[in-house]
Amino acid sequence: MALGVGLTVLVMSISGIINESLQRNSNVGYNLIVGSKGSSTQLVFNSVYYLSKPIETLKYSYYMEFFSGDRRQEEHAKLGGNLKDPERPGAYAMYMRGGFAIPILLGDYVGRFRAVATNSSFFELLQHGERNDQAYAFSAGRNFQDESEEHGFFEAVLGSEVAREMKLGIGDKVQASHGSDSGDVHEQEFTVVGILKATGTPNDRAAFINMEGFYLLEQHAAPERDEVSGLDKPKAPHAHSDDHEKSKAKRLPIDKREVTAILIRSNFAVGMQKPINKTPFAQAVSPVSEIFGLLQIYIEPVQWALLILTLLVCVVSAISILVSIYNSMNERTRDIAVMRALGASRDTVLAVILCEACLIAVCGGLLGWVGGHAIAALASPMIEGRTGVKISFLSIHYPNELWIIPSLVIVGILAGLIPALVAYRTDVSKSL
Amino acid sequence: MKPESYDGENGHSMLKIKGLRKSYPQPSGGRVLILDIPQFEMPAAEQLVLRGESGSGKTTLLQIISGISLADEGSISIDSIELSKLSEAARDRLRAAKIGFVFQTFNLLPAFTALENVRLGMTFGRGKYNLERARELLNKVGLDDRMHYRPSQLSVGQQQRVAVARALANQPRLLLADEPTANVDPANQQKIIDLLREVCRLESVALLLVTHSDLIAQQFERVERLDQINIASQPSTVTT
Repeated sequence: MALGVGLTVLVMSISGIINESLQRNSNVGYNLIVGSKGSSTQLVFNSVYYLSKPIETLKYSYYMEFFSGDRRQEEHAKLGGNLKDPERPGAYAMYMRGGFAIPILLGDYVGRFRAVATNSSFFELLQHGERNDQAYAFSAGRNFQDESEEHGFFEAVLGSEVAREMKLGIGDKVQASHGSDSGDVHEQEFTVVGILKATGTPNDRAAFINMEGFYLLEQHAAPERDEVSGLDKPKAPHAHSDDHEKSKAKRLPIDKREVTAILIRSNFAVGMQKPINKTPFAQAVSPVSEIFGLLQIYIEPVQWALLILTLLVCVVSAISILVSIYNSMNERTRDIAVMRALGASRDTVLAVILCEACLIAVCGGLLGWVGGHAIAALASPMIEGRTGVKISFLSIHYPNELWIIPSLVIVGILAGLIPALVAYRTDVSKSL
Repeated sequence: MKPESYDGENGHSMLKIKGLRKSYPQPSGGRVLILDIPQFEMPAAEQLVLRGESGSGKTTLLQIISGISLADEGSISIDSIELSKLSEAARDRLRAAKIGFVFQTFNLLPAFTALENVRLGMTFGRGKYNLERARELLNKVGLDDRMHYRPSQLSVGQQQRVAVARALANQPRLLLADEPTANVDPANQQKIIDLLREVCRLESVALLLVTHSDLIAQQFERVERLDQINIASQPSTVTT
């Protein structure tokens, strides 16, 4: 009984933590993710949780469709490259009043952690927390700069978990690796200038690098494509040695740039979604509805399965209680007869056996509950580090858990009923 | 519990049996008459020995007197309460309130301590739950230093003394003792009898003691032989 309930409580806690973690991380500080056409789930996994492989990229010029005419001109002047009508407002600029669009580029790793290339507005504009009202704060250092005098484009900010696990501090150097943590490591180093305070979001487990530096890494410029076949054109030999000298580094031009996703906060997100989704290459996804959709598709069936598991545990426990009490009835017939001889009524012995069955069920259940929660509480630092979900011994992350003890009382009564009836029918005169 | 006709004054009958008949079915379909007692009476606070051979129906009689079993016919009243008119639950309550039982095999609950076994004796009577009395009784039977011992940690004589204390725990009016010394070594037999008689005298409890022993029987002023009061002592088959 204790083992069954303990396991159920543990699995329920894990399910609850996943649920809470997903919901908590749905408060991402933006209400739309724009990415390349493909799986919307993958886009959310990528952009919010930094999981799964990134889908295709979008052109940087498409990202600039979220800018006003002035900003497009300004950006064009700064970056250079081919851009049609830089002075016109972007196609989605009208939806962006009071909002923001932050680009992210994924695909590289720092150690085993995802590298997220973005600009400094990521930490300036985004907020987190249950009510999305907490600004990102640094436990050490500062936000990276677009271009700093000291480190040029090559500055990095580390999530709290990354810094802790990799034992990195301000001034340390990190290198991004290509594709996976065991992939080719880019020679160019980024200097750690800031370490984030723990937020309980996936950002704790990401290394943020300045996208201007990211673009300058080997093979990070968008390949030139053949206009007829759509295939990448062969690249010219890469001469990165001089390029990577920060003093001489030049920004990658607009037409060589790509983004993996654009994180958008807009008061007109719903209106913006339709025209974006009409394009043949981009999609706009609401992270909140996508996450809740994920919960319904993946988590709810698991929760139902857990509920069934709980019921099965209860049924198996009931049978084991019934068998153990029933088997002991022969040995206890004389005790029951003695109690009857001392004046106990049939109802009293019936109640005694039912209480005993309930006590076994509830004590076993409580023992299991305590065990399950103790294990969850012991794993608390690890879970908090990975999901941001705080766990205390008494935390209940899965509401159905509250039904365990009342269910066990019913289980105890049902399990005790047959032995109790045997006790009720004990023939005192024959048993003394 | 007390009926309107209740007469609690000293001197009245504690146990009155009239026309009691009890038979048991036989595999052949007939019934064996075990008890046929036209008249039997026992005053309050009397100490009486009932003698009888094995299989003579002594235990059956005690079970009928205590309300555990029902007679086929006749009337049995305990402290002026007619048992045959009571429901089973009411008989249970009467037993819890007025009758104490000392068994031949002690029948202590093995998982309970001596004190808990004595407390069990007062658990089912109304308003008589009194821890101090349980301690006092164990003190009376000389087990004040063994209160927290389980039966397996006590000698046979000590176990029977716990059983005596338990039988008196509910302040009964009638104590039924079924061969209380049969399983006790000779050295302890007399101690148990002395103890039973003494505490019954102190508590004004009527004692009906069933025994084989001449040695014990001759110590009592009144000794009844079951084969004399039970006219069914020569078993005969009664077809029903």
